[in-house]
Amino acid sequence: MNMKKSFKNMRKSTRRSFITYGFVIIAFIILQIMNGMGMLSFSLQGMLVPICAYVVMAVSLNLTVGILGELSLGHAGFMSVGAFTGVTAAMALQTAIPFAPLRLAVGMAVGAVFAAVVGFLIGIPVLRLKGDYLAIVTLAFGEIIKTIFTNLYVGVDQNGLHIRLLKNLSDLAEDGTMIVRGPMGMGGVAKISTFTAGFVLVMISLVVVFNLVNSRAGRAIMSIRDNRIAAESIGLHVTKYKMMAFVVSASLAGAAGALFAMNYSTIVASKFDFNTSILVLVFVVLGGLGNMLGSIIAAALLTILPEALRSFADYRMLVYAIVLILVMLATNNPTLRAWIDQLQKAVTGKRKKEAA
Amino acid sequence: MKKFCSILLALALVLSLAACGGNNGGSGDTGSGSSTSGDSGSGDSGSGSGSTGGFKIGGTGPLTGDASIYGIAVRNGAQIAVDEINAQGGIQFDLKYEDDAHDAEKAVNAYNALKSWGMQISMSSVTSTPAEATSTMNFEDRIFGLTPSASSVATTQGKDNVFQMCFIDPAQGTMAAHSIADNNLGSKIAVIWKNDDVYSVGIYETFMEEAAKVGLEVVSDTNFNNATSTDFSVQIADAQKNGADLVFLPMYYQPASQILAQAVSAGFTPKWFGVDGMDGILTMEGFDTAMAEGIMLQTPFNASSDDPATKAFVEEYQSRFGEVPNQFAANAYDCVYAYKQALENAGATPDMTAEELCGLMIEQFTTMTFDGITGTGATWSAEGAVSKQPTVVVIQDGAYVGLN
Repeated sequence: MNMKKSFKNMRKSTRRSFITYGFVIIAFIILQIMNGMGMLSFSLQGMLVPICAYVVMAVSLNLTVGILGELSLGHAGFMSVGAFTGVTAAMALQTAIPFAPLRLAVGMAVGAVFAAVVGFLIGIPVLRLKGDYLAIVTLAFGEIIKTIFTNLYVGVDQNGLHIRLLKNLSDLAEDGTMIVRGPMGMGGVAKISTFTAGFVLVMISLVVVFNLVNSRAGRAIMSIRDNRIAAESIGLHVTKYKMMAFVVSASLAGAAGALFAMNYSTIVASKFDFNTSILVLVFVVLGGLGNMLGSIIAAALLTILPEALRSFADYRMLVYAIVLILVMLATNNPTLRAWIDQLQKAVTGKRKKEAA
Repeated sequence: MKKFCSILLALALVLSLAACGGNNGGSGDTGSGSSTSGDSGSGDSGSGSGSTGGFKIGGTGPLTGDASIYGIAVRNGAQIAVDEINAQGGIQFDLKYEDDAHDAEKAVNAYNALKSWGMQISMSSVTSTPAEATSTMNFEDRIFGLTPSASSVATTQGKDNVFQMCFIDPAQGTMAAHSIADNNLGSKIAVIWKNDDVYSVGIYETFMEEAAKVGLEVVSDTNFNNATSTDFSVQIADAQKNGADLVFLPMYYQPASQILAQAVSAGFTPKWFGVDGMDGILTMEGFDTAMAEGIMLQTPFNASSDDPATKAFVEEYQSRFGEVPNQFAANAYDCVYAYKQALENAGATPDMTAEELCGLMIEQFTTMTFDGITGTGATWSAEGAVSKQPTVVVIQDGAYVGLN
């Protein structure tokens, strides 16, 4: 009873974050139990890790788009950086760290760090812009990253890492292995990503994002979104706070990329193209700007949807698009919104009565 | 009100499509018509074979998107073979193709969907990157895979139960270098390749290695990528400037057709040498076949061959799908027949599990010899690579003619 009371007396934002944590934990437990009982189809089993990766992508992009208020169209670029650096690290450490979950964690951490560094470098020119200009520059950045990785060759042998652009490696020792093979991407990746690791990453990213948003810095970031001039006039360092949000967002995307890549035996740079960036943006917009729980649900549903529509055969993607239009229309319909609010009130009202 | 109307309209669309989809799904349950779209028309002929309780063959391929011509060709070719075999009685097949949009992630999803369907033997994936991802799954799940067209080495590397019906990319590069050197086709070679395509890069790299070994002089080495595959003036000018008398084009026929057209307008007339991806250039829409005159290419399949089996296949394909089959369709057709032969030899029955079939198939494929429309006397190594004789053909009067 006490706990219930303290939950009610919490600040609205804190309560919201706890609801989100609870939702994720319960979803994880239910899925684990179902998986253990063999109730999940092969398709769904195979999608658990990508769903986690996309959820983290959506949550991190929501930080840039929803909280910071800047439209980024190159988020897949950070995912790509994380994927390539994370897998390279994991493969190079294959013998040094035989314990797979630890190797995965190191890979994700390396991916996050590299993506953060790239995010910082990109942020220097990008965050001087705003609105449409920023969107276009991030779009270009995503394409640049894709092109670089398409032309990158990385190999490892006893002399360490060999990295070359454009031309294939010729100086690799015979026992060495190629990690990144230019347009062929990475092959022979050890599939060490697990649903549990994905769940942990989702939780970490939620903790990071909620704590940032509910901190002093977070309020500064939101004030910049709401009125940049007013924020500047009270002495906020606009670029600093923008950079903070942008780099955190990039590093989470990097970790998601590493998780995603290590779920497949091969990964190519062209996977992380403009379409993937837009896909993640769709998750965010559909879930609601600034609404993390919405992003999580949207990312999970829209990842499953195309697979659930397989029975439509050739019409699959058409149906997917139409469903997307429908959902967008429905969620933005004022009548429907009012109705949902009413329903919510009715439910909570009832609860209040019960409590009384 | 307006919004209400738009939602209603969209809802109507979904429902109407759901109706179409429902039909398609239904035929999937009853047999081989599952993967066929309404316009291909093969669903009708497939439904005759009905729920045969035969071997369930599944495959993933790009049925939508940029690479869809390959996926659709493979699906169509395999469908013809399955329908023929089912009509003969004896061994029966259920074929199902799922879309992977040439993407590893979707290919794994498609593979899992097939696994839920009860796939016993697999045709792996059509294109190389998805095949690399799904063949790992084949290996883990012990489901035998025979890919008609995924030619990268990584598809079969380290997997004892994944085999290829097509030549691997390095083999093509090596064979090309040898054919050029042995037949004295050119002294100054130019190479134009596509640097973001697994197929092109794979062939290019071994070609360059082998060219150095057999003493071919490569005077011009230029590349392009997907975004720049419409303008080849730089590459052509470079080859022309360096006096190349033979240009090697390790790529599919769409960019090659652009190169040929632009070389003509630049007044550059070397000999052209292509690989099996060049097959299909003669049937390309809007392409002047006169420009392809004199192109040499190595291909396992010749659609204008006099071989009765090939003729029958080409006629059937044309009557059903309205176009001349390319080597993708032919390889897929052969895959199904190779399965038939292997299953018959092994005495396999459809009630066997995928794992039992996997063991039998590995045994069969490493020992048997297969005669198909893409080459006779094909054998497989334990690594899964096929060994059959490629034929170098030259295009004369809009048809393939054997070289020499």
